[in-house]
Amino acid sequence: MRALSRPLAAVLAAVFAVSLGAGMPTSAGADEPGVSSTEIILGGLHPYSGPASSYGAIGKGAQAYFAYINDNGGVNGRKIVYKDLDDAYSPPQAVQLAKQLVEQDHVFAMFNTLGTPSNTAIRPYLNQNAVPQLFVATGASTWGADAAKFPWTIGWQPDYQSEAIIYAHYLMKEDPNAKIAVLYQNDDYGEDYLNGLKQGLGSKAAAIVKTATYEVTDPSVSSQVASLKASGANTFFIFATPKFSIQAMVAAAQQSWKPRTFLNSVSNSQTTMKAATSAGGVAATQGIISVQYLKDPAEPKWDADAGMKLYRAIVAKYMPGADPNNGYHLYGMGAAFTLVECLQRAGKNPTRRALVDAAIHLNERNNPFLITGVVVQTSPNNRFPIGQEQLASYDGTRFSLFGSLIGARGR
Amino acid sequence: MRASTIKRYWSVALVAVIIAVLPRFIPSYGAFELTYVAAYAIGILGLVILTGANGQISLGHGAFFAIGGYTVALLGQKLGIPYWVSVPLAALLSGAVGLALGLVALRLEGIYLALATFALAVATPPTLKHFKMLTGGSQGVILTPVGVPSALHGMLTPEQWLYYVTWALAGVLFLATSLALRGRLGRALRALRDNEVAAISFGVDPHRYKTLAFGWSAAYAGIGGAIVAIATAFASPDAYGIVLSLALVTGAVLGGLDTLWGALIGGLIVEYLPLLAQNINPAAPSVIYGIALIIFTIFLPGGISRAVQTFVTSLRRGGNQHART
Repeated sequence: MRALSRPLAAVLAAVFAVSLGAGMPTSAGADEPGVSSTEIILGGLHPYSGPASSYGAIGKGAQAYFAYINDNGGVNGRKIVYKDLDDAYSPPQAVQLAKQLVEQDHVFAMFNTLGTPSNTAIRPYLNQNAVPQLFVATGASTWGADAAKFPWTIGWQPDYQSEAIIYAHYLMKEDPNAKIAVLYQNDDYGEDYLNGLKQGLGSKAAAIVKTATYEVTDPSVSSQVASLKASGANTFFIFATPKFSIQAMVAAAQQSWKPRTFLNSVSNSQTTMKAATSAGGVAATQGIISVQYLKDPAEPKWDADAGMKLYRAIVAKYMPGADPNNGYHLYGMGAAFTLVECLQRAGKNPTRRALVDAAIHLNERNNPFLITGVVVQTSPNNRFPIGQEQLASYDGTRFSLFGSLIGARGR
Repeated sequence: MRASTIKRYWSVALVAVIIAVLPRFIPSYGAFELTYVAAYAIGILGLVILTGANGQISLGHGAFFAIGGYTVALLGQKLGIPYWVSVPLAALLSGAVGLALGLVALRLEGIYLALATFALAVATPPTLKHFKMLTGGSQGVILTPVGVPSALHGMLTPEQWLYYVTWALAGVLFLATSLALRGRLGRALRALRDNEVAAISFGVDPHRYKTLAFGWSAAYAGIGGAIVAIATAFASPDAYGIVLSLALVTGAVLGGLDTLWGALIGGLIVEYLPLLAQNINPAAPSVIYGIALIIFTIFLPGGISRAVQTFVTSLRRGGNQHART
């Protein structure tokens, strides 16, 4: 088969070239990898094993949304096949699997691969081969900022820097003389947040009196929290993944430290907050400030919301046994919604170029999984799809949004 | 030549031929995966020397992978040094660090050495992140992808080219190791492993040989790490954590520590076990690693390579047994 398919491909390519040369209208898309008359094949990588495996819930959410779309007629008559593999958060594995997806499975596009290291590792390869790398699940600013070099790549969620800038502006209004302590993960994700905070504070950056880091392999962060407390700070920023955020909130409560606390959106799911509250008491979580751009499934306020009802229906039907209050599932569905819109707009005979074109001309106002009013918006010069967030504070049982939507990056 | 020697050459030749023709029958990315097998096999070959022949334990060989990977990455990115120069330099640097560590290891036995090297593995990612000016911190370093030399353009894909270069290098290293372990050096290492006092009384200098084993082993791991980084075209701190170190040890134990075939099988295990296991269950790789380790240490302490050898030998003997008794 393989031996035959190569000459066949050559003949097809020749026919295609001749037809182009003759100026005949070509049926664009017919020869596009990963697109048949009945299917569109997409690839993706999420960590289903290893230290970051809790994020695997995002891939499952996206998968469920595609199943729902397929049962409702698919996209332009085609069903979506999402080959989502486990890279264990390891760049060498990500590169191998990406090559497998592109060269063996002939995916049309890569969608929602998770993690900055994995995406950084596969980005040159995908761009070299003109394979779209869409709506990657990381908030690093590079996905939007380095489009000139990597035009086939784009992010989705608000970038970490923008989020930290929002906190900084809010804090300076509330307490211009704040003394700030920061706990952050010792990698690019944590540094992005820290840099955003400094940027947002501007001339007041000296308000940061102490920073402490942790490694993903650390068993606990309580000693870091102790040293931050000792600095005399009255404001505490937690730029950490869920496990370490819980530890930080609980440690602060146990050490009777009661600063004004900001928690990064990466960790503000109800699952995380509940765990921290049950381990450290209400004191551990009461008054914590964060931002949201997704509807929080644990927030009763959304119970009557059509988007939330859709989300719960999809979880119930396509994700047996899954916890509907896990916000990561909803995240995956939100990103999948945007992708489906792009596929639809790429037309009846989609090409990779048309797909990316749709992704950089978004004005999506109806994503049912995002907070009402959040617009997924891009242009060739603005490749940060979600640029609005809203502050929320936790009362010990749930987050309540306050203020209005805040735009970052000039929105 | 004895019959067994001829047989040994036959099996080596067979494997060499398979490796040489395989890329014609598998897709390009398949050759790419097998390049990683070679890289891991070279690294595990280091463990076969250190742990198998010399009896010293290292749970920290991922650190030498990191030294190798970052050496080629930084020499390439900052100084534009090509891989054919930087890979040997990676081996030298990693070997030098290994020698230094070997001196420390002299004072540690068994479980204490295991713990010390375990600490090394744990400390590797934070150390790489700390020296941000040099290593680029947690952002990692992007390497130039390997290109096919102009003479071979159109004949090989970049993946296939890297495959052949890596396996050729692996072949040389396996051959050299086989010769060295069969000679005086190998005898000295094994003597120290089996009975240090007896070895010393025969004039084997334990300090010299044990340190040497560590440096030698580390140099191989450095080469393995260099190749992984070149293939991935990216080196980042968290890729060199404890998971990698433990995977290498597991591969070595399952493959078999007392023959060079064990290193080859170990390379296959490190590369393919996670890919196969994820079809069973996402959380399966680590569970399978753990269970396999326990089963092997209890029932098959010689690993897969020894088990196969025993099986083949027993088959052969089985035919002759009646005649003999």
